[in-house]
Amino acid sequence: MTKRLKTKIGLLALQGSFREHIAILKKIGAKTVEVRLPEQLEGIDGLIIPGGESTTIGKLAVDFGLLEKLRAFGREKAIWGTCAGAIFLSKDSFQAAHRQQPLLELMDITVERNAFGRQIASFETDVEFPALREISPDETPFHAIFIRAPLIASVAGDAEILSTLPDGRIVAAQQGRLLATVFHPELTGDDRVHRYFLSLVE
Amino acid sequence: MKSQISTFATKKGLAQMLKGGVIMDVVTAEHAIIAEEAGAVAVMALERVPADIRAHGGVARMSDPQMIIEIMESVSIPVMAKARIGHFVEAQILEALEVDYIDESEVLTPADMHHHIDKHAFKTPFVCGCRNLGEALRRIGEGAAMIRTKGEAGTGDVVEAVRHARAVWGAIRRLQNMPPEELMAYAKEIGAPYELVKETRELGRLPVVNFAAGGIATPADAALMMQLGVDGVFVGSGIFKSGDPAKRGEAIVKAVAHYNDPKILAEISRNLGEAMVGRNVSELPEAEQLARRGW
Repeated sequence: MTKRLKTKIGLLALQGSFREHIAILKKIGAKTVEVRLPEQLEGIDGLIIPGGESTTIGKLAVDFGLLEKLRAFGREKAIWGTCAGAIFLSKDSFQAAHRQQPLLELMDITVERNAFGRQIASFETDVEFPALREISPDETPFHAIFIRAPLIASVAGDAEILSTLPDGRIVAAQQGRLLATVFHPELTGDDRVHRYFLSLVE
Repeated sequence: MKSQISTFATKKGLAQMLKGGVIMDVVTAEHAIIAEEAGAVAVMALERVPADIRAHGGVARMSDPQMIIEIMESVSIPVMAKARIGHFVEAQILEALEVDYIDESEVLTPADMHHHIDKHAFKTPFVCGCRNLGEALRRIGEGAAMIRTKGEAGTGDVVEAVRHARAVWGAIRRLQNMPPEELMAYAKEIGAPYELVKETRELGRLPVVNFAAGGIATPADAALMMQLGVDGVFVGSGIFKSGDPAKRGEAIVKAVAHYNDPKILAEISRNLGEAMVGRNVSELPEAEQLARRGW
């Protein structure tokens, strides 16, 4: 715990559910800092890219000179993207050529945006997440909230599947210290994925 | 647990994903694309922006589904659309179109002078307007998953948006200082469900996401509302009634992201061209004040 008190997690705070992430991180003893400008990345140990609108977050990241800095950060340190953040971390999000949104291209995953359809199809369900056994040994399924959620269509290279729906569709992946979940652990009271991310940071 | 589609958590959750963002009124697919490229988190599809509804007069209704569908097909961000207060069949139609959020809005002519829509009955989430805490909690009690302070739409005058945001946040601050035995009388006084009054007191904020709306015309207006404590802003006439919508839209998006950084606000407020002309709310006759609609 003493070590964790020194761990400083940045939240990309351009738009989206960053305050929800901050509330959980504070509860489990991590320091947090909101990141809106490149210089705010200095001195942090890991970064979370929250849920939100990936087009908005991508555009603001470009406009405020964050894109290259985030890429450099992700080559050395841990980044976790939830939903929009998972899209932002990916190599490809199947956008029409004329509407290409900026991506960090850090993870060897392809992501399909709004894969379940519109808001009316948003849902909650339990997913198996075996890696969480490292956090709490009596692993129970993780209750996951999917909102206009994307899907991880494929993983390649060093990227590994962490969690799937019962039908096998991929909802979480990891590549080294990079983590992508298409659902929203920040909207539940369950802090296991946050603690798992801290274990990647430390 | 079995999968559950469209729960209150997913309805409220979409609004949480929109936080720190700008929702822009658009009347064509072309506008919607400009809004998405400017960084809007969602668009509100409607036939006429509020300033034109004012100019036009007559009865303002739900938009033509054809136009809403064209907008839904043109962008990847969520699309909202407005139903008249109490007009649950307009809401059923919007749900059948699969819009992402329904705004039960005072900007349209009310269909029911006493009752709002039972929003629990829908799978599509609703956003509703409020002027004060009681009104906000009544709407949440009816099932609203997101609240916007009303302001006075179509004026370009931010004064009512400020009044309503201060009314909500001021009441929450007073509520937090109240001993528990006073909550029931307070719930009665403001006409709000007791359980929601209690929950709001515990949270120190509304139980759902709260955006500002009605009269926001500049990046400074948007940042003002954010500093007053709201989670994001709706901009109606303020963008597409201005001289350079793409540029102004983009500047307002940046202002909401960097609302606490006056240096950035100064930079992005430069050379935006003409703001919408605007009308002083204090000069509006009572019958033309849209915020008075809703009960």
